[in-house]
Amino acid sequence: MKEHPRIPQRLAAPLKILAHKFTYLGLVIGAFGLMLLGKADVVLVEKIRTQVTEAAAPILGVLTRPVETVSGIIEQAHKLSVIHEDNERLRQERDRLLQWQAAARHLEAENKALKGLLNFSPGPRISFITARIIADTGGAFAHSLIVNSGTRAGVQRGQAVMTGEGLAGRIVSAGRMSSRVLLLTDLNSRIPVLVESSRVRAVLAGDNSEQPKLIHLPPGVTVVPGDRIVTSGHGGVFPPGVPIGVIATVSDGGISILPYVTRERIEYVRIVNYKLEGLVPAPQTRERK
Amino acid sequence: MKPNIWHRMDVMARRVTPFGLTVLLLFVGLLPIHVPGFARVAPLFPLMAIYHWTIIRPDVMPPIAVFAIGLLQDLLTGAPLGVSAAVYLGVYGAVLSQRHFFLGKSFLIIWIGFSLVAAASGIVSWIIVSVLNLTLLEPSASFYQYLMTVSFFPLLAWVFLHWQRAMLSTD
Repeated sequence: MKEHPRIPQRLAAPLKILAHKFTYLGLVIGAFGLMLLGKADVVLVEKIRTQVTEAAAPILGVLTRPVETVSGIIEQAHKLSVIHEDNERLRQERDRLLQWQAAARHLEAENKALKGLLNFSPGPRISFITARIIADTGGAFAHSLIVNSGTRAGVQRGQAVMTGEGLAGRIVSAGRMSSRVLLLTDLNSRIPVLVESSRVRAVLAGDNSEQPKLIHLPPGVTVVPGDRIVTSGHGGVFPPGVPIGVIATVSDGGISILPYVTRERIEYVRIVNYKLEGLVPAPQTRERK
Repeated sequence: MKPNIWHRMDVMARRVTPFGLTVLLLFVGLLPIHVPGFARVAPLFPLMAIYHWTIIRPDVMPPIAVFAIGLLQDLLTGAPLGVSAAVYLGVYGAVLSQRHFFLGKSFLIIWIGFSLVAAASGIVSWIIVSVLNLTLLEPSASFYQYLMTVSFFPLLAWVFLHWQRAMLSTD
């Protein structure tokens, strides 16, 4: 109050309260205005989001380190306790996989020979960018991750994001040094997929639950739980055949998919740089799709 | 009377620490903790901070700070822009109007008050996000997030109280 001796004390206090109320109201209106802006100008909001994420990325990157160390130690301890069972299980798995390897070798050779006969033009080359997860921006309303690679490393909007297990999601915004990954479970995620065994096309739609739904299935097609779902490659952004998950349940409420990738276990991801070389893809490959 | 500028700067710096602490907690809440299912139901630390400081020291948590925290949360989590900002401002307004009821009450009353405020804010956010997406969202994640937030509150309240004694007791 000492700074404004001219305003009498009995006037200053109510004025202050009034100003306070106006600020408060203005901010509430501002918040609702931002919601409308988010709906009206998606590009601008995404730009702001990228900038803020970019600024926060170094802090998040540093904060993540101790968390990873601790969880690494816990994991080590857990692994030691089950090392015998793991060993036995892996032995059996190796025996089984050796048989698969023989089958795969045989098919690969056959495939190569048949492709040669058909004069098949191979798809574009794939390269990977490896990135570390620096934030799991969970919450109940959005499923996304922030990774520590950006346009400087070649990351671009729309690229597929994978782990060793399968598809995790795609890049929705790429800053210079950080990018945001939209997980395939997010409400806004739509991915063109194939049912692997029957080659039926569909779209995998996230709904903010752990199990995304399969939609736009052609009529008359039946699928059963256990069928594998892979990317179809339609749209030319995702490489075809990347495993996504298996059909968990089929009911009237829809077909839900259990993804191979569980977000808690992701530490590093591979961002797939799958560029169609040349401006126009060859007409034959277009027709094949 | 000679105004001691260093003393005043010191008081100012101490007063912004609750805001800084809240931003830090927001970041901590975003860290990838490799616990199954945790990310979806991670407790809302900023909500606890806003509730606590609005009751104890509303002068260190002005509406503009509340707005900034909500906005930062929306930008970083990828939630629709403005939702957390609006909800946190609502929490701020509601708690401020009932502040005299809470002052001096036992911790249990403050905790029960928080559980009501968190429930209301959870329901309102759920409604707003559902309307913005023109679909009914699955409510279970919001519900578990609410339970986590309420059960983490005593821990954070304890931290805030000690923070207040250490940083803000001089003014």
